Amino acid sequence: MTKELLKGNVAIAEAAVRAGVEAYFGYPITPQTELLEHMSKRMPELGRAFVQAESEVAAINMVYGAASTGKRVMTSSSSPGVSLMQEGLSYIAGSEVPSVIVDVMRGGPGLGNIAPSQSDYFQMVKMAGHGDYKQIVLAPATVQEAIDLTLLAFDLAEKYRTIATVLLDGNIGQLMEPAELPPMRELRQTPPDWAVSGAKGRKKNIISSIHLQPEELETFNHKLQAKLKLIAANEVRYKEYMIEGAELIVVGFGTAGRVAQTAVKLARAQGIPVGLLRPITLWPFPEERLSQLADEARGFLVVEMNAGQMIDDVKIAVAGQCPVEFYGRTGGVVPLPDEVLATIAKLDQATLPANRVAALNG
Amino acid sequence: MTTTPVEQLVYQRPAALSEVHTHYCPGCTHGVAHRLVAEVIDELGIRENTIGVAPVGCSVFCYNYFEVDFVEAAHGRAPAMATGIKRVLPDRVVFTYQGDGDLASIGLAEIMHAALRGENLTVIFINNAIYGMTGGQMAPTTLPGMKTTSSPMGRDVETSGFPIRICELLATMDGATYIARRSLHNPTEIRKAKKAIKQAFENQLHGHGFSLVELLSSCPTNWDIPPAEALKWIEAQMVPVYPLDDFKSVKK
Repeated sequence: MTKELLKGNVAIAEAAVRAGVEAYFGYPITPQTELLEHMSKRMPELGRAFVQAESEVAAINMVYGAASTGKRVMTSSSSPGVSLMQEGLSYIAGSEVPSVIVDVMRGGPGLGNIAPSQSDYFQMVKMAGHGDYKQIVLAPATVQEAIDLTLLAFDLAEKYRTIATVLLDGNIGQLMEPAELPPMRELRQTPPDWAVSGAKGRKKNIISSIHLQPEELETFNHKLQAKLKLIAANEVRYKEYMIEGAELIVVGFGTAGRVAQTAVKLARAQGIPVGLLRPITLWPFPEERLSQLADEARGFLVVEMNAGQMIDDVKIAVAGQCPVEFYGRTGGVVPLPDEVLATIAKLDQATLPANRVAALNG
Repeated sequence: MTTTPVEQLVYQRPAALSEVHTHYCPGCTHGVAHRLVAEVIDELGIRENTIGVAPVGCSVFCYNYFEVDFVEAAHGRAPAMATGIKRVLPDRVVFTYQGDGDLASIGLAEIMHAALRGENLTVIFINNAIYGMTGGQMAPTTLPGMKTTSSPMGRDVETSGFPIRICELLATMDGATYIARRSLHNPTEIRKAKKAIKQAFENQLHGHGFSLVELLSSCPTNWDIPPAEALKWIEAQMVPVYPLDDFKSVKK
């Protein structure tokens, strides 16, 4: 295979096709619409299902239905559309049918704008709907990673019978980069034993999220939580950059992570001992690794394209061992490396131990 | 010389109907509607090839009463869920079973667009003019002046609007192929209802597209009317507002 120049949204769509997605349901919304458009051509071409739904509410419930048959299915949207999907996501979580959701984030709240943002962190990571559950959240920073994580999303969704999401800001969705697509996968021929397909030669299968008796629902919730614990233990992913000897740790995901990486490189050139941890899974969060780094670090800087959302999880991991500072831009403004660099330099000064300040002054 | 059998089976539980007690109130016609659907499934020999979609409302647990694969949808979303299933399993028979709050209020967009797309589905729509499961609130189908727990002085059309006629509405849609309203208030009407249900399933088997049968049903508990009188109430009060007819029947 060779590299092609690919737009993020199109790359994700084609990666899903090659991962063996058998049904796509979506609704147009900027900045993810190219994904839906690509599917509208490719899926019928391959004899697979494509429906432009009447709303995101309908789209997610079409996903719920198709996923109940055990087929690989997905939808994609952007922030306000994902808000509308919350109901369906909760039912899908409660029924444990594997589903893949792509959220190409834009500025909010409200109609906000169509510029890149990361302000869906809370919506996707903390609570995607009512009830006690979590969904896997994969956050690519490049087009290649968007392709790789789309494939992974299908695998994880099926492995754990859970919701796996790909969460990217509009920047990654819209930019073009050289990337390599995977080969076409074979479609699964036989449905899993839990799926609805017609009760032929077996007892009927029921896909439902209702457990009317409190004890019964609690038993289900315990089972669900045990599964989530297993995912949390097995599926944490992150990337580190110049972490060796770093006394200051910058944490950022997606586009903010890329900007932060440039800033870290510039800071290192100035002799500031700083490194980057870029979470790839936002849930499960790389809490353990961050906690480990906090044992030695002087300070943390969290860079986000929102008013400060992931910083809560970094603070939980750091647990008060050192200061956690924040630099964020909102409304679709992308932070510049120089802005991040200046914040790193400030954090460096503020956290220098007294003896090293004296040495610098002496 | 022919022999006359000593015993002849004239009545039995349909194979598609589970051998369990339902949670429905005495006098409720959900049980009749279930039986008709189950009989049709048996007669068409599609039990092992059928997937049902249950709604939110009194029939939320109908998946326990049919011996077919079932999914349980979010409130009003059954047509969307059914669309998802049918699009990936086009050779299966997919039906939704929905009440009036589910289909005609919160799920109006989903049912209209499923009809517009001509989804090859069968929809059984129970209209009892009230929200049963939550204890008798006003539904979009509640009659003008009708008292419910959320229209205690009677439905005032000035503030709460008018009843919705789903069949008349859906019959305007090009994607719909069979749209009929029947009633369950007496044996004659029940027999007509079964015929309509059968046609709605046959339409799907022939790949004709979207079919819906609305069934006028009783809710003695929430209407606060004894069962026998409730059936008469359907005929006297509901049928004039919701006429029984085939509103669309496209032969292909």
